[in-house]
Amino acid sequence: MGKRTVIPFGPQHPVLPEPIHLDLVLVDETVESAIPRIGYIHRGLEKLVEKKDFQQYTYVAERICGICSFMHGMGYCMAVESIFEADIPERAKFLRTIWAELSRLHSHLLWLGLMADAFGFESLFMQSWKLRELILDIFEETTGGRVIFSVCDIGGVRRDIDGATLNKIVNILTDMEKELREISHVFFNDHSVKLRTQGVGVLSKQAAFDLGAVGPMARASGIKLDMRCRGYAAYDRIKFKPIVETEGDSFARISVRIKELFQAISIIKQCVALIPEGDIKMKITGNPSGEHFTRLEQPRGEVVYYAKANGTKYLDRLRVRTPTFANVPALLETLKGCALADVPILILTIDPCISCTER
Amino acid sequence: MSYFSMSKILLKNLFHGPYTTLYPIKKKESFGRTRGRIEIEIDSCIFCGLCQRRCPTGAIKVDKANTKWSIERFQCIQCNYCSEVCPKKCLTMENQYTSPAHEKVRDERIKCTNIQSPNT
Ligand code: SF4
Ligand code: SF4
Repeated sequence: MGKRTVIPFGPQHPVLPEPIHLDLVLVDETVESAIPRIGYIHRGLEKLVEKKDFQQYTYVAERICGICSFMHGMGYCMAVESIFEADIPERAKFLRTIWAELSRLHSHLLWLGLMADAFGFESLFMQSWKLRELILDIFEETTGGRVIFSVCDIGGVRRDIDGATLNKIVNILTDMEKELREISHVFFNDHSVKLRTQGVGVLSKQAAFDLGAVGPMARASGIKLDMRCRGYAAYDRIKFKPIVETEGDSFARISVRIKELFQAISIIKQCVALIPEGDIKMKITGNPSGEHFTRLEQPRGEVVYYAKANGTKYLDRLRVRTPTFANVPALLETLKGCALADVPILILTIDPCISCTER
Repeated sequence: MSYFSMSKILLKNLFHGPYTTLYPIKKKESFGRTRGRIEIEIDSCIFCGLCQRRCPTGAIKVDKANTKWSIERFQCIQCNYCSEVCPKKCLTMENQYTSPAHEKVRDERIKCTNIQSPNT
């Protein structure tokens, strides 16, 4: 038997965009087990719900995460709207869906870049981020912010997108699709990409199910789990199928996310074709009273929002279960028995978002 | 399995030149909706204090007695909430950002109520 060593990995590590700490128990170069520790960027945002009123908290909710900021705001608004039993205007639902799918595009492109960077493919990293920049420009043009949009509000959305801009978005996405095909060709076929990802970090369907994996992590292991199928916002009127792969390795996770890029483009196009005219916001008066639990699909997987209100303008409790938190047990499972050199890639394949996890 | 899968993209990039904007020779235009900074048209303000109460970060201070409105620029998160609730619509979101600075200073605007304008 080889020599046993424990090495700390993180919280500061070149491959980690955000701080997570893992104690890796190694036997020679092979990881025997990994012990995670989180808590480096806890900001107490759930507690803040007692200090900021429920309208102001929309802006706090968006700041839970800098990548799926829109969907956090949307999840919070959906939870509070359900307490009010408000059915928001149709146009607002479609606009939310469009921004949500654009967020998915931007998040997955960012992840593809980071992934390429993790296995040392710098030019592929730059290509992915070059495409992401187009999406950020769309955000800035339509919402005013590149990362934090502040467009979602309780009762609808705060900005409209006019017809000409919607068509412009479709044109940008159509052009982008061509370039996406080129880079996805590299991800799918390149020899070195395959070498680093195929068969690395296999998570079986049963293990993914038992460990409660969510999002692309679960779908890459063959579990058909996509919260968008619940039909919130405008997803009930959109035609799409959850993307599922069966291999459960890192390559399958890349593949799920790349296919979701094309799926997001198709969803946005369908939304633009179907979007009705009308109001974008309904008036909500009074204070919420009651509790509600809602789930939606973020780029990283299922997020759970629970809100409890007591009839005052301050909520009693807000609970957010983020996808990365749900995926950490699955990550630890994939790390078992992998080579030390593969650890960065495996950490990245869950698309970790630690600031969400710790809030 | 392919070995030179990236070559086509790389060749294209070689002839295209840089994709980034060559700052400072060329400056990026802001969009009309870009959230840059909050400005006030102080003459219309009635000092109701609504913007101060609604601002999620507490960046705005309204001093009714001295007809003074002030904002801590680096505390503001550009959410635009104040400008939406203002009853007189005197707050606007400009699309230019606040310039970087070494220290935080409150930006103050005072409404002159009893000084006569030189033209009258
Ligand atoms: S809400 Fe408008 S009118 Fe009222 S104090 Fe603020 S800026 Fe002045
Ligand atoms: S934009 Fe938002 S943070 Fe800034 S002053 Fe207005 S309400 Fe406050």
